[in-house]
Amino acid sequence: MTSMPQTNFIPSSAPSRGKVGMACLIFAECWFFAGFIVAYLFYIGKSSSGPLPREVIDIKPVLVNSVALIASSFTVVAALRGLARGAMGTFRFWMLLTILLGGYFIFGTAMEWRGFIVDHHLTIRTNLFGTTYYSLVGFHAFHVIVGLFLLATVLVLSLMGHIQVVRDHLRVELISWYWHFVDAVWIVVFTTVYIVGMRP
Amino acid sequence: MTTAPIHPINEADMGLGSRVHSWVISVDHKKLGLMYIGIGLIFFVIGGIEATLMRLQLLKPLNDVLTPQGFNQMFTMHGTTMVFLVGMPILLGFGNYLIPLMIGARDMAFPRLNAFGLWLFIFGGLLLYYSFIGGDGLYGMGGAPDTGWFAYSPLTSKAFSVGHATDYWILGIMVSGFGSMTTAINFLATIVCMRCPGMKWMRMPLFVWLMLTVGVLVLVALPVLTGAQVMLLFDRFLGAHFFDPQQQGSVIFWQHLFWFFGHPEVYILILPAFGMICEIIPVFSRKVIFGYPLMVAATLSIAFISLGVWAHHMFSIGMPPWLNSIFAASTFLIAVPTGMKIFNWIGTMWGGQIRFTVSMMFATGFLVMFLFGGLTGIMLAVVPFDWQLSDSYFVVGHFHYVLFGGTILAVFSAIFYWFPKATGRMLSEPMGKWTFWLLMIGLTLAFLPMHLSGMLGMPRRVYTYQPGRGFEIWNLISTIGVPFQILGVLLFVINVIKSLIHGRVAGPDPWDAWTLEWATSSPPPSENFPKIPTCTSARPLWDRKHPEDPDFFYE
Repeated sequence: MTSMPQTNFIPSSAPSRGKVGMACLIFAECWFFAGFIVAYLFYIGKSSSGPLPREVIDIKPVLVNSVALIASSFTVVAALRGLARGAMGTFRFWMLLTILLGGYFIFGTAMEWRGFIVDHHLTIRTNLFGTTYYSLVGFHAFHVIVGLFLLATVLVLSLMGHIQVVRDHLRVELISWYWHFVDAVWIVVFTTVYIVGMRP
Repeated sequence: MTTAPIHPINEADMGLGSRVHSWVISVDHKKLGLMYIGIGLIFFVIGGIEATLMRLQLLKPLNDVLTPQGFNQMFTMHGTTMVFLVGMPILLGFGNYLIPLMIGARDMAFPRLNAFGLWLFIFGGLLLYYSFIGGDGLYGMGGAPDTGWFAYSPLTSKAFSVGHATDYWILGIMVSGFGSMTTAINFLATIVCMRCPGMKWMRMPLFVWLMLTVGVLVLVALPVLTGAQVMLLFDRFLGAHFFDPQQQGSVIFWQHLFWFFGHPEVYILILPAFGMICEIIPVFSRKVIFGYPLMVAATLSIAFISLGVWAHHMFSIGMPPWLNSIFAASTFLIAVPTGMKIFNWIGTMWGGQIRFTVSMMFATGFLVMFLFGGLTGIMLAVVPFDWQLSDSYFVVGHFHYVLFGGTILAVFSAIFYWFPKATGRMLSEPMGKWTFWLLMIGLTLAFLPMHLSGMLGMPRRVYTYQPGRGFEIWNLISTIGVPFQILGVLLFVINVIKSLIHGRVAGPDPWDAWTLEWATSSPPPSENFPKIPTCTSARPLWDRKHPEDPDFFYE
């Protein structure tokens, strides 16, 4: 589809449709998350039984997780810089690091969930905290996994030699936009769950 | 890879199988748009049958055409169908068909995503209607969903919605909603990136402005509905407690989420109708639209305010007075830009050389009927008035004036206006006039008495009523309106079929219009324009036809 003839007729000042499309997708996703964040805030302190956030949440591993995820936003920028220069080795190195950092975040979330479920017997059906926590954090983790899948696809394609600088730079950049979005959502989720939600 | 087709194949020469195949695999915005509209019209007939059954049940007191549960299923499916499977696809279909033609582009920004959206919508609709067969689940109860189109909690909880009917409602709407979101993304990317040279923002046809706004509203509203539906699914399947009062979950929270979607949705259904009227009235009044910049400003303010009025659907649930006041005030406020539009349309007609074609008759009918529905809407924004009449037939009458008298009349106006462009043939005007008057009489008979029965105290969504309460005569008149509407729609269907075969050949520009879709042949070639047009003013085709007195001279 990229070679459709109308590309010749786009006024030179107009932004690329890929950018507008991805921006629209991110805009819609923001509203999707807004629903779950409002639900979380609305139900803070309303659980009729335990366990409550203060009793189960251990902030330290979550902080490490958050640092990993936020760092991955910088590594993906470094990867794009490498790609723009045509330095494919640099590009692949930073992409791999991004994927590892994102993967570590998912691993950390899994460990947190394991602790909740096995040690504290907190599931989505235990109380309102469980309901809203697993939904919000789960949907965020789901988006991280989608992002990881996209990044991994790019890395595999590049290892197979299918990534070309001029043709694909914009495409990889759009995936990085999505990744930054996932990161930004985490900052909001973190604030909601681990700061606002911890108050007595 | 779709390169511009150099060798068009005449569709008439192809066998039926390959013709169907060419539609199924199509990524052409025109074919997709027509499929949206066609399937929307099929669902319109289905939703109409459901309404007819309800009207027959309410013909006289203590009637037994439908069982109580059957009646609940009918009003749920009627509402859901008309909003999600009729209004949305027909309006998005018109957007699909017209936006690239109006802005001088060869297709949408993402043609394959466009086709994906259509098929999501179709399968979402089928999933919803499969509930008639599969809704029983394993319990031997249920059938189609029966919780009303806004599916209030706790009616939708496992305890009150046994079987899978509610799940089909959730999934069907969710899937078709994904389709609408992809279409909205496509609209925005197309309008921002694909305008032909010279098509500045303030030269775009107002229809395109309106669809741009609708795209934004879809991207705000539908994800919130999807999120709410996911919560409901979690409640129903995973035992979560979002809307479960026994675990301190809030049923009111569902109402807030639903109407945060639901009220912008109302504007998603009416703004494209505004756009159609903005194109049709000037052409048939032989005048430039009155107050173009004000129309754009009014559109944007309607969209903005529409995000802050949702709780006027909830005045009767006992919100604090300050909250009631805020939402009443914002609802009054939104009437201001809407009123501006009405005055601008009248200003456009004022002093014009009006040609009362069928399309223009429908547009004029829209003005009157929509104004009526709008005014009863302002009445309902008065909180104490709403306390009296919320969930009565007054409300039913109100929103049928807005959606039938508004959206559906505008859609008929648009079909009569753009049918020649899409098919190359004119619809029959005499038959169209019959359709117009039958629909006008039918809708007045059906919906005007509802205001009265509502004020007398008849609640909506009851399957029957007792004699001697004064409801009989108004319900009887409402039901008498039905055959008029059926006859009008039937005549329209015959008109379409007849005109497709024998209709007068239209030529590229039968209405002497001035937007770019009329600058190409009827029907347009698959690449839309042999050569990409340039835009010199808000009325590019006028400039081309009247080089001695072009519009840009006055801009």
